[in-house]
Amino acid sequence: MEAFDILLTASFWAAAIRIASPLIFATMGELICERAGVLNLGIEGIMVAGAFAGWITVYAGADLWVGVAAAALAGAAFGLLHGFFTVPLGLSQHVTGIGITLLATSLTYFVYRISLPEVTSPPKIEPFVPLAIPFLSDIPVIGPALFNQTPLTYLAFVLVGLVAWVLYRTPLGITLRAVGENPAAVEAQGISVTAIRMGAVMAGSAMMAVGGAFLTMSAFNSFFFEMVNGRGWICIALVVFGSWRPGKALLGAILFAAFDAYQVRLQQVTGGVVPYQVFLMLPYVLSIVALIAVSRRASYPKALMIPYQKGER
Amino acid sequence: MRLEPRSDATLAHTLLFPAGAVLLTLIIAAGLVLLAGASPFSVFGLVLKGAVGSEFALLETLTRATPLIFTGLAVAVAFRARLWNIGAEAQLYIGAVVTVVLGTGILPLPGPVLVPVLIAGVVCAGGLLLLGPAYLKIRFGVDEVVTTLLMNFIILLFVSMLLEGPLKDPMGLGWPQSKRVTEDVQLPRLIRGKRLHLGFGLALISALATWVIMKKTVFGYEMRAVGHNAEAARFAGIPVNIVLMKTALLSGGLAALAGYSEVAGLKGNLTLDLSPGFGYTGIVVAMLAMLNPLGIVLSAIFVAGIFVGADAMSRSAKVPSYIADVMTATALLTMVAAIMLARYRVRWR
Amino acid sequence: MTRHASGKAKPVLRLAGITKRFGPLVANDAVDVTLQRGEVVALLGENGAGKTTLMNILFGHYVADSGTVSAFGRELPPGDPHAALQAGIGMVHQHFMLVDNMTVLENIALGTQSLAAVRFDKKIARSRIVELGRAFGLAVDPDARIADLSVGERQRVEILKALYREARILILDEPTAVLTPMEADALFATLKKLVGEGLAVIFISHKLNEVMAISDRVLVLRAGRLVGERHIADTDRSELAALMVDEEIRPPSVEPVEPGRIAFELKAVSAGRPGSAGRLEGTDLTLRAGEITGIAGVSGNGQATLAGLVSGTTAPEAGALVVGGEAMTTWSPHIALSHGIGRIPEDRHATGMIGDMSVAENLVSETVRTPRFSRAGFLKARAAQDFARAVIADYDVKCPSPEARTRLLSGGNMQKLILGRALDGAPSVIMANQPTRGLDVGAVAYVHRRLLEARSNGAAVLLISEDLDEILALSDRVIVMSRGRLSAPSARGDRSIRQLGELMAGHGFAQDGAGHAA
Repeated sequence: MEAFDILLTASFWAAAIRIASPLIFATMGELICERAGVLNLGIEGIMVAGAFAGWITVYAGADLWVGVAAAALAGAAFGLLHGFFTVPLGLSQHVTGIGITLLATSLTYFVYRISLPEVTSPPKIEPFVPLAIPFLSDIPVIGPALFNQTPLTYLAFVLVGLVAWVLYRTPLGITLRAVGENPAAVEAQGISVTAIRMGAVMAGSAMMAVGGAFLTMSAFNSFFFEMVNGRGWICIALVVFGSWRPGKALLGAILFAAFDAYQVRLQQVTGGVVPYQVFLMLPYVLSIVALIAVSRRASYPKALMIPYQKGER
Repeated sequence: MRLEPRSDATLAHTLLFPAGAVLLTLIIAAGLVLLAGASPFSVFGLVLKGAVGSEFALLETLTRATPLIFTGLAVAVAFRARLWNIGAEAQLYIGAVVTVVLGTGILPLPGPVLVPVLIAGVVCAGGLLLLGPAYLKIRFGVDEVVTTLLMNFIILLFVSMLLEGPLKDPMGLGWPQSKRVTEDVQLPRLIRGKRLHLGFGLALISALATWVIMKKTVFGYEMRAVGHNAEAARFAGIPVNIVLMKTALLSGGLAALAGYSEVAGLKGNLTLDLSPGFGYTGIVVAMLAMLNPLGIVLSAIFVAGIFVGADAMSRSAKVPSYIADVMTATALLTMVAAIMLARYRVRWR
Repeated sequence: MTRHASGKAKPVLRLAGITKRFGPLVANDAVDVTLQRGEVVALLGENGAGKTTLMNILFGHYVADSGTVSAFGRELPPGDPHAALQAGIGMVHQHFMLVDNMTVLENIALGTQSLAAVRFDKKIARSRIVELGRAFGLAVDPDARIADLSVGERQRVEILKALYREARILILDEPTAVLTPMEADALFATLKKLVGEGLAVIFISHKLNEVMAISDRVLVLRAGRLVGERHIADTDRSELAALMVDEEIRPPSVEPVEPGRIAFELKAVSAGRPGSAGRLEGTDLTLRAGEITGIAGVSGNGQATLAGLVSGTTAPEAGALVVGGEAMTTWSPHIALSHGIGRIPEDRHATGMIGDMSVAENLVSETVRTPRFSRAGFLKARAAQDFARAVIADYDVKCPSPEARTRLLSGGNMQKLILGRALDGAPSVIMANQPTRGLDVGAVAYVHRRLLEARSNGAAVLLISEDLDEILALSDRVIVMSRGRLSAPSARGDRSIRQLGELMAGHGFAQDGAGHAA
């Protein structure tokens, strides 16, 4: 019974939402890239770079929101690189993405070492603090879970609405989706496929980086190596699980995070009978299971991973 | 801007552009060295000296190249058939696990029998580990990039579980490490008193065998056909799915041999830090060699040299050894661009 | 309205001295085109004559080496796709430029509203689409998904797209290739209406009868050069045909051959995606030795499924598939090949050849496992080289060596390689799906000659083609395919084009749905 009671506590759901927040940012970022037809496997590295860029900016004395902007900028820069290789040059999105992840990760570690050569343990910053929304935060269970989070979590939810609005309700979004389905049709209407794809990859990468920054500036207060720990890859699975739709992807991220929060608590309940590694494995296993489960109905953007060349038919 | 295939792709093109890629990588690395407040020339000098400047350095580089040859081959075989195996890291660890499970005295077999059995077990385990994602790709259309990547995390946790559980060495002072493999299983050193071991020879043989498979056999032909155009291959009567599964077995098996070679040849036991990302670096090695199995030997030595040299350099200069990771990642990106530019001409209008 | 525009009127569109080279190939050589208000000009030429290049230059996808494009008296900046659209030029592409899983409305309004707008204005778009549809007789439901529309409806959407952007000049690239004769008639009626409203139309085609039917003036392109300009009243089919090709087109001579034994049979076969237009239900088909059976019809009516059944890529779900008297229990490309079926697939690049492998490697792709080209799992490289050299010589393939990358070959040379591979070993059944699509005249004649040769040697040939002229020229029996059904066969010359057209549109089929083609 104890294992079930966890699900009814506010602290459990608060933790789930907190765990979901970076995933939501990064999933939205990947979703935008893929909707425009570009798989971005740079996500893992871009999250590392964002985590570091945001944190070091604040550590250097800047405002927290300046840190977020710095992370976004770093992400967009790596997005520019990934976009340049995969869009006009049309190189393998798989190989380039892995290359971006390796580059962003190693470059981050390198810069970390040269900016803080003397420290043995990474210094801490003052992170974002929870901001209780008046009245709403007083609702039992839901209040503390949803409305007593840090501003970055609120931003994550706003972002989902924004992405959904842009994709389905604006000319830009319709064009972006069309680019991911049939780029030649967009080019025939006088719009540059290259520009739309580059823009999507840069914007998406910026979101991934902010997702990384959430880890150093909201979830924790410092930067550690390996702190992203496969979250980027999980977000790629979440995009598929969400059928490339922002709402469904949000749901997927929250479900996933709830599961993650649950396994941590279950570990304590079971008290070491089952090795803790089994619980840590579960999120990754779950991602694979989810991919298999949705594989039958997955209808991916038709031009995903297919480079487009102007005038080619 | 548009890309047009070169009808006149000459040898000069295929050599000049990769050379340009290496040069660009060096320039970027020089910039980073300057950023770290050191002189690029002296740092590059130290890296070179640390990589090949002495007998010790050279042997160390070859020792480091050994697992990279295996993982590079694993990646090359898979990528050739367009099976995106990013899970060489996991396959390496599974190979290591099988090595310590079978090689620590469980099997009452004499050495000459035990070693082939053990190698067969290692190859099978690695192959089967990649067969899963390959099957999911064929059967359900699940992207193998994501599954093999996630597999890396799962397997590392699995190894951690084993090392704190059934495989834990009771004499290990509480450290999560396995027992040492028996004398029979250990790969002999190639030069007495040095670290370079027979695993390097095994890697060279594997590279040659892989080259023969890819260039001279029907299986290699089918692998290339599936990789270049699966639809046309299927139309021509090539059993595409079976070819992919066979490729997965070969690729996973090769990566697992890296784990075997590291445990049996170098470390003696299994720990969680057996591989500092050899699986991922294998991607770089394979791409630098343009997926050519014999070229992989050279590119693995080159990449290993950068790592070994950078380690040595960082001990005396104030430049972090992460410069090696940055350089290999940069080399990967510039090289894929160079390969493309050697085959296509960029027209700006 | 001036049907025959006088030379003095100011042209709405003018292409002057357009020259474009691709390496050694001159795709356009000093081409001049003028277009007047209210006129239909046909641009006539064989595949590879330079029509597509010219249009790509007009639309800024390519930049000409020399020459200018001006619309309504103003010169268009080169290399700017937006400029042509802005100037009021609209294009209806041969392969529709539509996003299948979006609505008609979204497709039409794509690119017409500011990308910075915070809201996509559906209301304005919808009312304009309805209005345009009413004015020009182009009714389509703005909220329908493109995927749910018929080919004719999709083409209407393409035309609406141009009109929505207030195009005054409309260019149609091979617009009838995908239409039944009836749908083509409807298109011509629409074009007449548009011209009546003062639009100008360029009609790109290689079909003489259509050009004669719709245009006021004809420009003939050959090998990149403008070789003739005629008012339609002053010319006829044979003159245009002579202008279009260097050599006189002679229809291939067909020796009568007595049909032999049954080589291939489908008995009440069902296959293909359920519910799709390409689904076959209870289909019967018999192919005899020494006979060419032509399947006429618009693509997408089950030809792909039928081709798959013969070539082995599609297995029957129900019914029997009999090859040379032997009923097949399993069916795959490999089994089809080992039972003597030669295959020429529809798409050379995607299915026929592996572009990044060498000519020799491609030629042995179907036979690599046989003792001829491998032993104990090892390739016999020498044998493959020899075979490649023989095919290159026999089929007159222009390629530097057996080691050349196949991607670098022209379409015609690629098709010759595919022929060489398919006809090697004298197959008893030959499946040829659109074997001449996109080829120039010489290559077309060559492919026809080889197919007729195979027929004389006793092969049963299944010829699937959208080109009715090709079907009529080669086939001993003609069967029409429509919505997954096969008509009863007719002997050479038995049905008129009109009758075939009726069948292509789906009229006159037997009630049971499956025509018996025995």
